[in-house]
Amino acid sequence: MSDMHAESVAFVRETALPPAVPPIAERGAVRWMRINLFSGWINTVMTLIGAFIVFWLLSGLIPWIVNGTWEGDSIRDCREILQDSGGGCFAVLRERWPQLLFGFQYPEELRWRPSLAFALLFVAVPPVLFYKLPRWMLVITAVFPFLAYWLIWGGTAISPIFAALGLVAGYLVFVRVEKRGLVAGLLAALVAVVAVWWLGGALADEFSRSLRIEAVPSRQMGGFMLNLILGVVCVSLSVPIGILLAMGRQSRLPVVKGFSIVFIEFVRGVPLITLLFVANVVLAYFLPPSTNFDLILRVIIMITMFSSAYIAEVIRGGLAALPKGQYEAADSLGLDYAQSMRLIILPQALKISIPGIVNVAVGLFKDTTLVSVISMFDLVGMIRGPILSSTAWLGVYWELWAAACVLFFTVCYGISQYSQWLERQLRTDHR
Amino acid sequence: MTTMSDPPRAGGFRLGQLINDKRYRAYTFQFLAIVLLVIAFGWLINNAMNNPTLEQIGIDFGFLSQPSGYDIGQQPIPYNSQSTHLRAAVVGALNTLIVAFLACVTATLFGVIAGVLRLSKNWIIGTLMAIYVEMFRNIPVLIWIIIIFTIFANVMPAPSAFRGEDPEAAPLFGMVAFTNRGVYVPRPYFTNGIGAQEAAEVEVDGVATLVAQEVTSSANWLIVIGVLIASLVVARIVSKRANRIQAATGVRPATLWPLLAIWIVPIVATLVALGLKWEIPALAGFNFRGGIVLQNPLLALWFALAIYTGAFIAENVRAGILAISSGQTEAAAALGLRPGRIMRLVVLPQALRVIVPPLISQYLNITKNTSLAIAVGYLDLTGTLGGITLNQTGRALECIMLLMAFYLTFSLIISAVMNVYNSSVRLKER
Repeated sequence: MSDMHAESVAFVRETALPPAVPPIAERGAVRWMRINLFSGWINTVMTLIGAFIVFWLLSGLIPWIVNGTWEGDSIRDCREILQDSGGGCFAVLRERWPQLLFGFQYPEELRWRPSLAFALLFVAVPPVLFYKLPRWMLVITAVFPFLAYWLIWGGTAISPIFAALGLVAGYLVFVRVEKRGLVAGLLAALVAVVAVWWLGGALADEFSRSLRIEAVPSRQMGGFMLNLILGVVCVSLSVPIGILLAMGRQSRLPVVKGFSIVFIEFVRGVPLITLLFVANVVLAYFLPPSTNFDLILRVIIMITMFSSAYIAEVIRGGLAALPKGQYEAADSLGLDYAQSMRLIILPQALKISIPGIVNVAVGLFKDTTLVSVISMFDLVGMIRGPILSSTAWLGVYWELWAAACVLFFTVCYGISQYSQWLERQLRTDHR
Repeated sequence: MTTMSDPPRAGGFRLGQLINDKRYRAYTFQFLAIVLLVIAFGWLINNAMNNPTLEQIGIDFGFLSQPSGYDIGQQPIPYNSQSTHLRAAVVGALNTLIVAFLACVTATLFGVIAGVLRLSKNWIIGTLMAIYVEMFRNIPVLIWIIIIFTIFANVMPAPSAFRGEDPEAAPLFGMVAFTNRGVYVPRPYFTNGIGAQEAAEVEVDGVATLVAQEVTSSANWLIVIGVLIASLVVARIVSKRANRIQAATGVRPATLWPLLAIWIVPIVATLVALGLKWEIPALAGFNFRGGIVLQNPLLALWFALAIYTGAFIAENVRAGILAISSGQTEAAAALGLRPGRIMRLVVLPQALRVIVPPLISQYLNITKNTSLAIAVGYLDLTGTLGGITLNQTGRALECIMLLMAFYLTFSLIISAVMNVYNSSVRLKER
C-alpha cells in the first residue's frame, strides 16, 4: 500500500512546517501596545493623556533630582551653586539628616544607641511576622523591648532586667498554678510579678550607679525615631488590650459588654488630636500630683487607648467571621470559656484578623505625626519647627518634605506589602 | 443546652458556687468588674478633686458667654472679636462641617474615578492610578495637608502679579483668580429679590469696582432651594408613574425630556425672575475685591483631605466592583439588558452594598481628620474651642469635653444612619 502510495504521490512532507511568525502587529511589544494602550479610540485618548501626565511629572522631577546639589551650608550656598538650573537643594538633608532621624536634642555621641536598637528591631520582629522561622527566635523578641528601652533611654540596666525577670517569674508561676484554675493562676502570677518588680525597684534605687549608661530624658527624643518609638510601642501594647476589648464586646456579661462598647465607640468617635490634647493638658488633672508622668508617656497612654479600640473592632470582625460551629464544638468538648477562647477561638480569629491589624498599625504609624501639633518634635515637628525656621534653611520646603514622604512611604509600603503577602499565605491555608 | 447544666442541687445555694458554678460565676465576675471600675474611676476623680490647679479654678462653663477677643478668617455667620466664645465655637463647628462636606463630595469624586480607572485595561492609566493610590495611602495626611498648603502659598502668584498693562498672571476666564492668598470666585446675587439693592460702583484706590453690598438676602436662596425641592418631588412622581405604567403594560413611557424640563425650566425661570447677576472679583489696590474668597487654609485642607481619602475610597470602589461576580453581568446580558442597564440595574445595586459602609466610615474619617486644620491655621472647632479659646481662658477640661462631645455626637449620628442603611440593603436571606 505504502509503496504504491509513495509512487503515486510525488512528495510528502514528513515533518510539520514550523509555524509562521505572526504578523508584526500581532507579536511582541506592538501586540502588547495594541491590546493595552490603543485598543480603541477611548483607550488611545486615555493613553495620550496618561503619557502627557507622566511626561509632565518627570519633566519637573528629573531635573530637580539630577541637577540637585548636596553641597553647601545654607540655602544661599545652594542658590549660588544651582544658578537657576531647577535642581533641588539636597544639602539640607546632608546637613540635617541626624536631626531628622533623632531630633535636635538627642546627644550626638549617643546616637549609636537608638541606631543599634533600630537594627535589633529587624532581628526581633521577623519571628512574629514570619511563622516559618524557628520558634526559639521569639526569645529575642521577648528580650528586645527591655534591651531597646535600656539602649534608648539609658540609665541603670537593673530596672529593665527586673522588669523582664518579673514577667518571667509571673509566667513560670502561672504555668505552675494554672492547673488549679485560670483565675488562681492569673492572681498568683500577678503577685509574683509585683513582688519581683518591687524588689527590682528597691535594688535599682540602691544600686543606681551599677550597670549604668548615660541616661537620656524623654523630652530629648525626637525626629523619625520618636515616630518609630510611638508606633512600635503603641501597636504592641494595643494588641493585647484590643483582644480583651473585643472579647469584652462579645461577652454575655452586661457590665463587661457595656463598658467595652462605651469605650470603643467613644474612642472611635473622637479625633486622635483631641485625645492628644487630653494627654497634653487634661490628663495631668487625673493623676496624683506627686507623680510626674512625662509627656511622651502620657502620649503613649492615649495613643494606645486610641489604637486598641480600632484593633478591638478588627478582632471582633475576626471573632464574628468564625463559623458558629467552632464555638459550639468547643462547648461540646466541655471546655470552659477561657479554655475554648485560648485553644479554639482566638488562634483562628487572630489569624483571620492579622491583615486588619496590620492596616491599623500602618494607620497608627502615620498618625504618630499628629504629636507635632502638641509641640513634640517628631519628624514633622522637626521640619516645621527647628529646621524650616532656621535662618540657614528658610524656604527649603520641597526637599525636606520629600525626605519625610520617602521615609514614611518606605515603612508604610513595606508593612502593607507584608500584609498582602500574609493574606496570600493565609488564603492558601484555607483552601 | 439544658443537658449541659448541672441538675439543681438539694440544699440550695452555697457560697462556693459563686466561684465554681458556671451559672453563678458570671455574677461574681460582673461584681468584680464593677468594683474595679468604681475604684479606677474613683481614683481618677479623687485625683482631679485634689488637684491644686483644678481646685482653684473649678469647673465652670461661664467663659462661653464672655467676649472671645480674637478674629476668625472664615465666618459663615456674622462674628467679630467682641462676640462670645460660644459664638466662636459655633463658627468653628460650622467651618468644620463646611470643609468636611466639601472634602466628602470631592473625595467621592476622586475615589470613584480612580477606582474605576485602576481597573481599566489601559496600562498607563492603571499604573498611574495605582501609583496615586499607593502614594497617598502610605504617607501621613498631615504631611499632605502641609505640602499642599505650601504649594498654594508658594506656587500661586501674588495679587500684584495681576496688575499692570501686561500682567504675569490673569484670572481664569477673566473670572476666577488664583492667588497666593486664596482663590477669588464670582459671587451670585439677586437684583430683583427680597431686600435687593442695586450693586454700587465703589471707587477703591482709583479703580472702579462693582461691589454688591449685602444685596443677597438669604431669603432669596431659600426660594431657590424651595424650587429645587419642588422639582425633585415632581421628578420622583413622574418616574414613579413611569414605573407603574411599565409594570402594568411592559412599555416604559419616555421620561427623559419631561424630566429635563422639570429640572431646568423652573430653576431658570426663578433665577431670571430674581435677577441673578455675578459679582466678578476685581483687582483693587493690593488685593482683589468682591466675589467670594476661598482662603488658602480652607483650600489646602479641602484638597488634601479629598485627595488623601480619595485614595482610600478608590480601593473601596475597586473592591466593590471586583466583588460582583462576572456571572451577574453575563446573566443580565443573557436576559437581554443593554450595558447601561446592566450597570444601573444589576451591578451597581450589588456593588453599592459592598462600597457604601466603608465609604461612610471614610466620611467619618474625613470629619475627624478636619481637626488637622490646626496645622494650617484654618479655624475649625479644634482651632477655636480647642485652640485659642482654650489657651485664652485656660479652661482645658471644659473645652476638651465640649470638643469631644461635638465630634462624638456627629460620629454617632452618622453611625446610626449607616446602620439604618445597612439593614435596608442587607441581602434578605433565610
